[in-house]
Amino acid sequence: MELQSQHFTRKAVAALADEAAAAQRDAMALFTPVVREAAVQQFGDFEALRQHVKRIRRHSLDNLDYYLARFELEATNNGNQVHYADSASELNSIVLDICQQHDARKVAKGKSMVTEETGLNDYLKRGGLEVIETDLGEYIIQQAGETPSHIVGPALHKSKEQVRELFLEKHALGERELESISDLVGEARSVLRDHFLQADIGIIGANALIAETGYSMLVTNEGNGDLCANLPRVLIICTTLDRILPRGEDATAVQRLLVRSATGQPQTCYTSFYSGPRRETELDGPLETHIVLLDNQRSDILASDYREMLQCIRCGACLNHCPIFTASGGHSYGWVYPGPMGSVLTPLLNSLEDTAALPNACTSCGRCAEVCPADIPLPDLLRDLRHQQSQENIGSPRWRMGLRLHAWVAARPGLYQFLTTRVMSILNKLGRRKGSFHKLPFASGWTDQRDFPSPQGESFMQQYKARRDDRE
Amino acid sequence: MSDSSAPRVSLFVTCLADLMRPSVAFASIRLLEQAGCIVDVPQRQTCCGQPSYNAGEYASASVLAKQFIEQFEDAQYVVAPSGSCAGMVCEHYPKLLDGEWRQRALALAQKTYELTSFLSDVVQLDKAPAVMTELPTITYHDSCAGLRELGIREQPRELLRKLCQVEVREMQQTEVCCGFGGTFCAKMPEISAKMTDDKLRNATATGAAMLAGGDLGCLLSIAGRARRQGIDIEVRHVAEILAGELYSPAIGEGE
Ligand code: SF4
Repeated sequence: MELQSQHFTRKAVAALADEAAAAQRDAMALFTPVVREAAVQQFGDFEALRQHVKRIRRHSLDNLDYYLARFELEATNNGNQVHYADSASELNSIVLDICQQHDARKVAKGKSMVTEETGLNDYLKRGGLEVIETDLGEYIIQQAGETPSHIVGPALHKSKEQVRELFLEKHALGERELESISDLVGEARSVLRDHFLQADIGIIGANALIAETGYSMLVTNEGNGDLCANLPRVLIICTTLDRILPRGEDATAVQRLLVRSATGQPQTCYTSFYSGPRRETELDGPLETHIVLLDNQRSDILASDYREMLQCIRCGACLNHCPIFTASGGHSYGWVYPGPMGSVLTPLLNSLEDTAALPNACTSCGRCAEVCPADIPLPDLLRDLRHQQSQENIGSPRWRMGLRLHAWVAARPGLYQFLTTRVMSILNKLGRRKGSFHKLPFASGWTDQRDFPSPQGESFMQQYKARRDDRE
Repeated sequence: MSDSSAPRVSLFVTCLADLMRPSVAFASIRLLEQAGCIVDVPQRQTCCGQPSYNAGEYASASVLAKQFIEQFEDAQYVVAPSGSCAGMVCEHYPKLLDGEWRQRALALAQKTYELTSFLSDVVQLDKAPAVMTELPTITYHDSCAGLRELGIREQPRELLRKLCQVEVREMQQTEVCCGFGGTFCAKMPEISAKMTDDKLRNATATGAAMLAGGDLGCLLSIAGRARRQGIDIEVRHVAEILAGELYSPAIGEGE
């Protein structure tokens, strides 16, 4: 997917100006934290589960080589073909090759952020294939020619009316009302049913890879993943190395964290484990299965100071709790992953330079880290990225020099007090009567949207010293 | 007072109180003395380095952190009228520094407190230093650093109840950021303003005439936005209210 993160601020301002869409995001931001909180409270000791999973994920990443080798062995024994892809383009070409070997024409796809990351759909289309997204949200944005705005609910930015218009335009089904949400879901279902039956290839993602059995786990609410996995002749599972876990019970522990954090449900409608192709005694299932494991810089992240980011389970809670995500909307982030987790991942998976605004789209309020089921210190990672920006001289030199000058002066208390006393008393004289400034030349960023309150008078240090001297 | 068992507090004024609103620091001293503390003000304090740190300017921030540690590490207690400044010392100095300096930072973190948590959890102040005049209805803004880094939520409310007989009118979404975020509000002013507008909407919906808080950064930004939007709400630091020092105009208001 083409990177657009350079335009974050501009796009966010535009997103705010679209009042209906902004109101819809505000409503989501009120609703999603409430359902998550209720699910977490109901669970009991969620924190203990969170720490338990964190230890397991850490252990798995620390021993990634071992568990990957084990997974490959077990998965191969189950009849799967395991492929490694270093880069996005390598994954795409592995998948296209498989499709071409089977003379495939149609692909039914389950929801997969990894294939958004590699731009698989466009690649397959250029290779002459028809690709149908079968997750309802993904299907909607595919029909609309858009990209996901949220990692869990890709079409959350669309209103019911917009979806209705879209279906009336795209599905040649004659006159109909399509008033309710269930009408819309019903229509999507019936349109998709034919695609499932016609597809030659199914592509899905994975929420976990289980080393001891070679199985993969997929958590969904619509069951479309299972249809993609079981109806077409060939199944391709596309995921990244960091999904690996040692045991089956580790995957179910992740699942318990994931569903509550993502949608506030105690359980999703479907949690499926895929072992491999249909065995001789079985009546259904794919005849051939492939698992493509993408690295795309995960190994580099693993070796870096940002390795905690690999513990992310893609629940979307950090997006739902981020007021900057709510204000800006997912599309403003300009790539695949938005919100706090996206502001860390996008620079790491692309370039620091082209994504310079993202690590700055944060007030360090800490709400994301508080709810992150993987206990990732997202504000710390974002600050570390700002540090890296500063070391590489990325971003506004005016800000950087200003802050360095401030620190230089603040490290010289005598000079600091001499200067600040004078500046504050001038500002006080100018602003005392009105109480605040509408415009200030050296604080134009501040006064762009808010008045600058005028200082109360002489600095505290000066007044305190004067009072003390009086007493002595 | 020269009671030798009295807690000795070094006041970490914070640069915003020093430069923008000295009344907050004077009110803090008054409250601490009322609680029986002996207060001193280290004279060479400037800025704790938080702006540099947040901007990722770790080298500059380290210089200021070390300067701060040297000035305050001999104190019995360090108290700041700000959750984010106390949080900088308690949470972030140990992350920023290593080796011997990290140990010194950890030791300092042990005895550094935000004002309302110190008054409530350590010295248990239960009497106001002044006779309270009639107060308007108050809603409270929890600043993020105080709330999440230091767990400050009940303390200021309890102090307002005990000292001023005021029950806070709670607004919706108290745990959501007001959009200040230090340099964030000047780097991304439109997004920041939207967040502050949400905060102001929730605050005014309570019907309260005054918004109190424990962090001047947030309060300056909220008051500045209220002025710009013509929203009529008095914005004050909680220390001024608790100390009964309401003689100076509220933040952003003229004489
Ligand atoms: S960073 Fe944490 S909260 Fe955000 S998507 Fe990943 S696991 Fe969920």
